[in-house]
Amino acid sequence: MSEHVDAARAMEVIDLSDRSLVKSSLAATLVKDGDHMPVFSTAFEVFFSTRSAQSVEDMLNEENGEDADSARDGAAGASGPGQARGEGGGASSSMSAQELADLLFRALRDGNRQALRQAANEAVTRYAGMEPGRPVGGTYYLYRTLRNLELEKLEERLSQVTTSGEAPEDSLGERLARDEAHARVEMLKAEIEREIRERLVEDRGAEALAKSVRKPLPEDLDVMHANRDEMAQLERALRPLSRKLAVRLARRRRRRHRGPVDLRHTVRRSLSTGGVPIDLRFKPPRPAKPEIIVIADISGSVASFARFTLHLVHAISSQFSKVRSFVFVDGLDEVSRLFEGVDDSAEAVARINVEADVIAFDGHSDYGRAFLSFHDRFADQITKRSTILILGDARNNYHQAHAEVIADLRYRAKAVYWLNPEPTSYWNSGDSIVNQYAPYCDKVIECRTLRQLEAFVGELA
Amino acid sequence: MSALDPREELAQRLGLLHVPPVRFNSPAELREKLAEHDYLSDDAIASVTFLADRLAKPILVEGPAGTGKTALAKAVADSIGARLIRLQCYEGLDESKALYEWNYRKQLLRIQAGRPEGAAEEWSRLEDDIFAEEFLLTRPLLEAITATDPVVLLIDEVDRVELETEALLLEILSEYQVSIPELGTVKAKQIPMVFLTSNNTRELSEALKRRCLYLYIGYPDVQRERDIILSRVPGISSALAEQIAQVVRSLRSLDLKKAPSVSETLDWARTLVVLGREEIGAEDAAATLHILLKYQSDIERATKELLGRSKPFA
Repeated sequence: MSEHVDAARAMEVIDLSDRSLVKSSLAATLVKDGDHMPVFSTAFEVFFSTRSAQSVEDMLNEENGEDADSARDGAAGASGPGQARGEGGGASSSMSAQELADLLFRALRDGNRQALRQAANEAVTRYAGMEPGRPVGGTYYLYRTLRNLELEKLEERLSQVTTSGEAPEDSLGERLARDEAHARVEMLKAEIEREIRERLVEDRGAEALAKSVRKPLPEDLDVMHANRDEMAQLERALRPLSRKLAVRLARRRRRRHRGPVDLRHTVRRSLSTGGVPIDLRFKPPRPAKPEIIVIADISGSVASFARFTLHLVHAISSQFSKVRSFVFVDGLDEVSRLFEGVDDSAEAVARINVEADVIAFDGHSDYGRAFLSFHDRFADQITKRSTILILGDARNNYHQAHAEVIADLRYRAKAVYWLNPEPTSYWNSGDSIVNQYAPYCDKVIECRTLRQLEAFVGELA
Repeated sequence: MSALDPREELAQRLGLLHVPPVRFNSPAELREKLAEHDYLSDDAIASVTFLADRLAKPILVEGPAGTGKTALAKAVADSIGARLIRLQCYEGLDESKALYEWNYRKQLLRIQAGRPEGAAEEWSRLEDDIFAEEFLLTRPLLEAITATDPVVLLIDEVDRVELETEALLLEILSEYQVSIPELGTVKAKQIPMVFLTSNNTRELSEALKRRCLYLYIGYPDVQRERDIILSRVPGISSALAEQIAQVVRSLRSLDLKKAPSVSETLDWARTLVVLGREEIGAEDAAATLHILLKYQSDIERATKELLGRSKPFA
């Protein structure tokens, strides 16, 4: 609540005609987390679209009972400003594909914002094929426009010339030119995305659009159903997450209550107070570090979830006395060695797919067989200090469950936890047999997002 | 009653005789003043700092290490001619290091000095006496509050203190006052500018965030980084500065353990100037990469990716 008041006060004291000032003021008062900035930024662009003045007019028209007309107005508006703003080219709509490509190229080469904006505008008019009134978030239009622009070619062409005409001399120069070209093309992409968003706002109004562009934070993305972009986001979010977790745990460990009284030290101290033990001395605590054994299903559907968990567990492996990891599909293989001596666990996780030998028969997960194989080879190494984590959706392809193996492991180990990346409502439907294993686990936990995963792993240590 | 201007309201609560004037008239002016002191800001930095002054609120600055969070506070202090009071946070920081402490040696002396008179009724007077401001050792927070000259308070790396210790800061951040049980409440004699910085190693509490304006300073883009290099490294050509900025951007796009910070970029630029280079060749880059990168694995990866070589320069 006090944030709202601050925002309102900020609006009172600043120059409201300065758009970027309004934006950063709202950000400073309302958003209190760097990771939330992109979300805020999108929301701001939607609600304070530079063309919303026009959409206000549209709304007024609607109120006058010209509903049918206003839809057409919106459509006209979508292409109207394109011509109004493309001052240099009155005939810009009749531009050929080649001309457009050249215009883009020149704008990017010179780093000319104005020309870039105009070119982006033209590209959207030409390629996006926007249909007024369709309730979409714009990703599709963006994709269509970008596909038609053949950005790879453009980037290639740019990287030849950006270094001020001279041919790059060595590998470093080449690389710099490439990165520069890439950065400029990214700028173009952002410009096109903005253009599409603004047209959508114009077409359907800010409220409606805000609903379709609302995106969850990376921590809250559903790991199992993430698309490629979201996956990249998750990968990026994971590293800082694991670092933060490690710091937090190390701190908690250090501050945990002190150990038993250190008699020798206390008596030695008491000499200075005439033998009266005023100043008690304690031994440093000896924290019991658990030994973690991860058994992960890495077959198609749950592979990414397993990778994240392995990454996270190994990233904080200093918090455990030992971490051993096993992966399986229908055969089982130990992958702990991949993590040994590697200071970047992401790298090791990437190698699992290539190096682990996990397919014994047909490559469909078989939990029963994997557990049996684990029990045969490693059961005698499970002690009361071991905590076993099983990762998987328990979709067993109608193979035998062999739940008795888990029962025996539970008997030998300190605890057995099952992390399931599926939502609880899907459990035990189809070939999912969570319920057959559940009685022998200390806990079966739904773990769909990085946030849930982080919370669980944090508790473990 | 109509809503007061936030500065007026705060001044009234603190019992100040007159409302302290704002330090900057517009974000543009602020930007200029900072630039005069070799700090190149951007739109967000300038407007948030301007707002903080205008609304009399602290700023919480977050971002990767070495992007100029602390430097911002210093530059602001310089530009308004204020004294910078800095509280460096660390694990185990407590009240007696951050707020105030009773000078018990002095208190003991006072008690002993009072003794010869020996009268019992002396005691109550003495008790009042030893808990007077005279026996108070001010620590950074209290010092910032009680200062009469212009000050800027910098609470550095606030994410290093424990969650419980954060609570110490809350009163001073929202009310600009410190409560001392034996003495009462000490109110600010002016409205200081307050900066908190955090490297984001842990989530700060909601209570703390609520009281602050939030500013995220990320890595600068190529143009801004080039300008920073030009303003901070004397005798560098603008072509070289541009090239340096580009190399650093490429490095940051790699997946490194620790991306090069702005301060490391500046170190690198100075090195190249000392070496008398007009532009960076692959050889120079390989030989000086250790100034930018602090992990061997990072250096190896950068050498491979950027310079197309498998071994770092030997």
